[in-house]
Amino acid sequence: MSTLAHVFEAAGLATVALGSVRKQIEEAAPPRGLWCDFPLGRPLGKPGDAAFQTRVLEHAFSLLNATEPVFEEFAEKISDENNEALSCPMPLRTNKDLHPALDEVRGLRPAYDRAIAKYGNRAATGRVISVDEIEEALATLISVAEGTPWKEAGIPGGATSRVVQDIRGFYEVAALGLSDHIPSAWAGTNWFYDETLGGDVVLKARAAIRDSGEERQYWYYMAPVDR
Amino acid sequence: MSDKDVKASGERFEAESFDTVAFTTPPKLSEATVAVVSTASLHHEDQETFAATETGFKVLKNELRDYKTGQWSPNFDTVGFAVDFNTIIPLDRLDELAKQGIIGEVSDVHLSYSGAQYDLSAVRMDSGPAGAALLKNAGVDVVLLTPV
Repeated sequence: MSTLAHVFEAAGLATVALGSVRKQIEEAAPPRGLWCDFPLGRPLGKPGDAAFQTRVLEHAFSLLNATEPVFEEFAEKISDENNEALSCPMPLRTNKDLHPALDEVRGLRPAYDRAIAKYGNRAATGRVISVDEIEEALATLISVAEGTPWKEAGIPGGATSRVVQDIRGFYEVAALGLSDHIPSAWAGTNWFYDETLGGDVVLKARAAIRDSGEERQYWYYMAPVDR
Repeated sequence: MSDKDVKASGERFEAESFDTVAFTTPPKLSEATVAVVSTASLHHEDQETFAATETGFKVLKNELRDYKTGQWSPNFDTVGFAVDFNTIIPLDRLDELAKQGIIGEVSDVHLSYSGAQYDLSAVRMDSGPAGAALLKNAGVDVVLLTPV
């Protein structure tokens, strides 16, 4: 982000860069930088809060009055220091012949569809697979978790991390369909990895690929960095 | 897992350094055309998503606000963007500021790059200047840069 600020200014564009990680924006030193201590992925702070977002923009644009490089900090912080997971009512098992994680995917589909109808598909599925392919993709990861070498499991696109992003997106959007509020950052992610059978499958498949001695790039990004 | 833990991991990476800091003086904000450039791997529904190490950019039409994120890294919350695109690309807010006369106008085009890259040399030397030229040709004066 800050690299682009330097390049754009050199080309004659005035820029204001927002930054979520203080060390990064301070070291990269864009010509006008505003550190906003908000969760990663939420640079304007609060989804659905127009007044808050406007305050961020007003502060950002005020930096355009500076006559030399400037770095400031937005006064309001959004802390997300807890490890709490979203609390969602999970669907009951409906098909005992299916692997429980696949049954879970089927059970969550109505909630997913409700959330997509309300919010659209901005971050759910579609990087590698569509929503209709989630079950099949998860089945390949079940196979990996149970011992199949990942390159032989038929993972869609052969891209473990991107497939997992689609699976995670499915679950997190389904959680929106089950919840009556916009969750805090990471609450949906924690719910997926800690509370759902699908998340458990992903972590077990990741561990299986890692333990097989495979290169880090093939398993590491199947979960956030601290897992 | 918490946001603090994930940010701490990002602090391990060394930032790009620049020997000189270019500084462009903008026109009056009330007369400026403003664009947003995000590194959240945004794209339209009918555009290809970003590859994992893609260093190019996608042009986002202002009037077609069907933006999706194709960000490959798991180290970002996506739910905020899923429920409100203004969390990353605040065009509704810019529309309001333009209507109030605080900014001149909202650009017809915006850009998105893919953040969380290890090697930024191609962005610095190639796609960054190309994106800047595109925005200059579109009449943009001020760019709001939002990270993923």
